[in-house]
Amino acid sequence: MNASGSRGAAAYLGATLALAILAALAFAVGRFPVAVGDLLGAFGAKLFGLAYPLPENVETVIFKVRGPRVLAALLVGAALAAAGTAYQGMFRNPLVSPDLLGVATGAALGAVLGIFLSRDVWTIQAFAFAGGLAAVGLVYWIGSSVPRHDPLLALVLTGIVIGTLLGSGIALLKYLADPYNQLPAITYWLLGSLASINPSDLVAVALLVLAGLAPMLLLRWRMNLLALPDDEARALGVDTKRLRLVVIVAATLMTAAAVAVSGIIGWIGLIVPHAARLLVGPDFGRLLPLAMLLGAAFLLAVDTLCRTIAAIEVPPGVLTAMLGTPFFLWLFAASRKGW
Amino acid sequence: MGKAATALLFFAAFALLVPPAAAQPARIADGANRQVVVPAKVERVYAAGPPASMLVFAIAPDKLIGWTRAFRPNEAAFVAPKYGALPELGRLTGRGNTANVEVLLAARTDLVVDAGSVAETYVSLADRVQQQTGIPYLLLDGRLDAVPGSLRLLGKALGDEKRGDLLADYFESSLKDIRARIARIPQAERPRVYYGRGPAGMQTGLAGSINVEVLEYLGARNVAAESKGGLAQVSLEQVLAWNPEVILTSDPNFYATVWKDARWQNVAAVRAKRVHLSPHLPFGWFDFPPGANRLLGMHWAGKLLYPKAFPEDLRPRVVEFHRHFYHQEPTAAQLEALLGEPGVLPK
Repeated sequence: MNASGSRGAAAYLGATLALAILAALAFAVGRFPVAVGDLLGAFGAKLFGLAYPLPENVETVIFKVRGPRVLAALLVGAALAAAGTAYQGMFRNPLVSPDLLGVATGAALGAVLGIFLSRDVWTIQAFAFAGGLAAVGLVYWIGSSVPRHDPLLALVLTGIVIGTLLGSGIALLKYLADPYNQLPAITYWLLGSLASINPSDLVAVALLVLAGLAPMLLLRWRMNLLALPDDEARALGVDTKRLRLVVIVAATLMTAAAVAVSGIIGWIGLIVPHAARLLVGPDFGRLLPLAMLLGAAFLLAVDTLCRTIAAIEVPPGVLTAMLGTPFFLWLFAASRKGW
Repeated sequence: MGKAATALLFFAAFALLVPPAAAQPARIADGANRQVVVPAKVERVYAAGPPASMLVFAIAPDKLIGWTRAFRPNEAAFVAPKYGALPELGRLTGRGNTANVEVLLAARTDLVVDAGSVAETYVSLADRVQQQTGIPYLLLDGRLDAVPGSLRLLGKALGDEKRGDLLADYFESSLKDIRARIARIPQAERPRVYYGRGPAGMQTGLAGSINVEVLEYLGARNVAAESKGGLAQVSLEQVLAWNPEVILTSDPNFYATVWKDARWQNVAAVRAKRVHLSPHLPFGWFDFPPGANRLLGMHWAGKLLYPKAFPEDLRPRVVEFHRHFYHQEPTAAQLEALLGEPGVLPK
């Protein structure tokens, strides 16, 4: 194995270890005091059927409140990082985030509409998911029906324009919303939070994220060819248009599902892929799993802080940038690897 | 004596006899202690937000030129049709600015009234609008304790001191009655309360927040009062750790979820079936809009928190408040709709 290979292995090992430690820690801390013995006892009872008398509410906290939230942080972090990695590779541009084609903005508009109409949480999430898919569908449809243009450029530009339009839709609804009642709910949704995750949300999101992840893993070798100019890729026998569509559908599915339950959480989809690239280089097959590990670990760390440092929740968007920026700058300075 | 002199004398005598009907503009110190010159005859009043609308409407409904947001049909049913049909003019200043200053001028407004915070921001906004339009702008203190004073002040400005005083006396005696009952309740008998907002009930008001002013007035133990601030998002785990004995909400979606969601079932309030939904017509009772409407919320929450100290039927209270503030008593069906909605009162 060459030097970069061993370095890649070290990165994987480190990320997996960090993730495991963080997950154990995340289960152990929270606003509801749970003794370590009770925590182990609860898991023992759940996994091995051991008899262990638990204090009131502890089981609810571990398996229905804290547990789902830990898993949601892992899932959302991994999904955003994977979608970001796929987009950055496909658009051959390091400044691309999963929201490039409007998925998060569309989801936000859907959720805001749901809150504006005073619907229940489930409907708001469904609106968000549908809004994300619809936004990207619209962008893809317009972008790919523009004749005689570089297809990628057409997509990017359409994405920017439609994203702005959706953004003004959000602004309009905020303006019309009841300032005492709906506006705060809208603001909290747009700030993003994993506070109201429940176990049934988690199953739905997990299925959708897996559905998006499968094609990316299966097509990982071809994904590298998307980084080449279109004619070169085609000369190598890749139907770039179809491949691009598959990637867009997969990334959109993952991101829309994640955003529907978490609200807008920025930074991860944009920066985590870079961190992974600095560690293992640009090969998609090696990059994707590491980006997902890092994204999951990072959001888990952030969310654990969000729910523990004060009685009130800290919005994850605040901490992702505050913690992520120094980490990224350090990585950037310490790395000698090319982009 | 010449004809002219007689006429002059006649006029002079007449002038002395006629009372000063067309009185001088009055100088009034408003809720923020701003000196505002109010015209002697105020006929058309624009209220900058729902709390102000309510006060103006209570004192002089025919002078209110519109609501900040048009009444929905279910809300309009609680006031006379001509008031329910008043146009939507939008809000002004801070609390979601949707009105154009030109609207004030086009509507030939004599007076602008705003009620709520009298902090520096709102004082300067009031000054700016007043300067720009030349229309006097009264800023009233919206805190519960300040409502009687605001009513008196507004009565004076609107030329109906009697009505202002009547309403102020009613409001004041209600507050006094509530305070007297609360004072007798020992701390140990005051349940720990969580106020859940938003569709998932995960937002709450911290100590000092206008959203829980009713709770603080009632001397209730707000579980979230360990930190000061406004609205905040909290985690379910935190709510479980607080384990409140009573949960109040104004969100029907949250009220429905709390009984179904397995994670809430061990919370003391849910087990004891002490989760309650505040009525919301024509204005919310508990925290929004943060106006005089919350007086009903106090009677309601008082009854839920301290059933022994507030044993009386709420119906007469509601009727009385509606008569005073909305100029129309609710029908039996409306009362039933307000108080009979599932969750409003214990079964």
